[in-house]
Amino acid sequence: MTSAATATPALARGTARAVVTGMSAVTAIGVGLEEYWRNLLDGACGIRPITRFDTTGYPIRVAGEIPDFDSARVPSRLVVQTDRWTHFGLLAGELALADAGVDPAELPEYELSVHTASGSGGNEFGQRELQALWAEGPSRVGVYQSIAWFYAATTGQLSIRHGMKGWSGVLVAEQAGGLDVVAQARRSLAQGSRIVLTGATEAALNPAAFTSQIAGGMLSAAGEYLPFDEAASGFLPGEGGAMFVVESAEHASARAARPYGVVAGHAATFDPAPDTGRPPGLRRAVETALAEAGVAPSDVDVVFADADGRAEADAAEALVLTEVFGPRGVPVTTTKAATGRLVAGSAALDVVTALLAMRDGVIPPVVNVRRPAVDLDLVLDRPRPAALRTALVLARGYPGFNSALVLRAAAPN
Amino acid sequence: MQPTEFTLTDLVEIMRSCAGVDEGVDLDGDIGDTPFAELGYDSLAVLAFQARIQERTGVPMPDDTVAHMPTPNAAVDFVNQQIRAGVR
Repeated sequence: MTSAATATPALARGTARAVVTGMSAVTAIGVGLEEYWRNLLDGACGIRPITRFDTTGYPIRVAGEIPDFDSARVPSRLVVQTDRWTHFGLLAGELALADAGVDPAELPEYELSVHTASGSGGNEFGQRELQALWAEGPSRVGVYQSIAWFYAATTGQLSIRHGMKGWSGVLVAEQAGGLDVVAQARRSLAQGSRIVLTGATEAALNPAAFTSQIAGGMLSAAGEYLPFDEAASGFLPGEGGAMFVVESAEHASARAARPYGVVAGHAATFDPAPDTGRPPGLRRAVETALAEAGVAPSDVDVVFADADGRAEADAAEALVLTEVFGPRGVPVTTTKAATGRLVAGSAALDVVTALLAMRDGVIPPVVNVRRPAVDLDLVLDRPRPAALRTALVLARGYPGFNSALVLRAAAPN
Repeated sequence: MQPTEFTLTDLVEIMRSCAGVDEGVDLDGDIGDTPFAELGYDSLAVLAFQARIQERTGVPMPDDTVAHMPTPNAAVDFVNQQIRAGVR
């Protein structure tokens, strides 16, 4: 066990800032940072008929599937040994490191960390091997089943591939894990890591995972993901996510890397049991994250909402945003109507998207939503130009996780 | 029909399909005497090969046979010895 008390880096004393210096995105509307961003601003929607398996007989047959993902972009040994979610993570990790201008081979391996979040693990790989087990017997189960489907697989494969041997791990907190890993990345810096590769990808579009989600009753039976809309009827899943590189501002500055932005504040809460009558924990997460960032609600320029897509959950989130920011007090958007809900992948993708929005001074619109059922300043129809200094990203996860992350623009040089 | 001989070509096909190929490694090259580890295959990969060899040839390949197969040629020789000895 490493203890923060034995580490002396400035971050542990609260005098250094964590910055994001490299990013990537792997989504149904684009693989690669700029392709994704361009398509998001163009109002693209990646919800389409599922092709990865025969959906005949399924009550829902659409999702944010990544079409024609080129697994040749992942080393062939790892394609065979890992789940599709790890394929996404390997590509996203490689792209994020390249975008940051980081070559791990040039840095001390024990000062490089990997922290990913995973909500669903390697369930496509797992389903295939379990089917082999029950249909053909134990001898037909591949050896890589022992490592491919568990939550830490993507972190482990990234660590091995890039020789990043510092403190590494995985967080499992459904959607919220995608923000919680950013806080974990900061802890890692405080313990002496120079570079942390973090984020989350998911690939839960296979019969086992999809059936589980359908049984959970939260998906839109109408096959439409319309968060905050009068016609909101649930969400639709998607696959993909984002990875990014976090380091201290001092480290970035020393190697002349230009940060996309600063990780300014984070908080995670958990909802009380349903029968206690106490309010959900989202508001407390928002207020605690803002307080840690030293940011007033009026300083926040945009909110990337959780945008669950079920009327009650949308109303609860809208209430929190109205209580904290005042009526229509802040522009609100979401990427999820375009990509599907990516479990932890969406929260990580929203971090990336918020930083791109700051970079380019534009808020991407919520696609497909026409008739808002909530009184929020939703960004609809087209991108909205705006000078963005501070963004708030929210994520809620079944059954009660809440996380809030405050990002600030990097100080001009 | 069980094969009467197990060849390096058979093994390479198994290696390729069940564990992939490392960047910079050419399995069509002269790799027979190169240790599996140097070809990028860890012990888990070799276990995977064993399972597939057993499936294809009928030769029992308990986990401890890994000691008999440090290289592709050693693996092929071991399997053929077992076939000739009637161990299947």
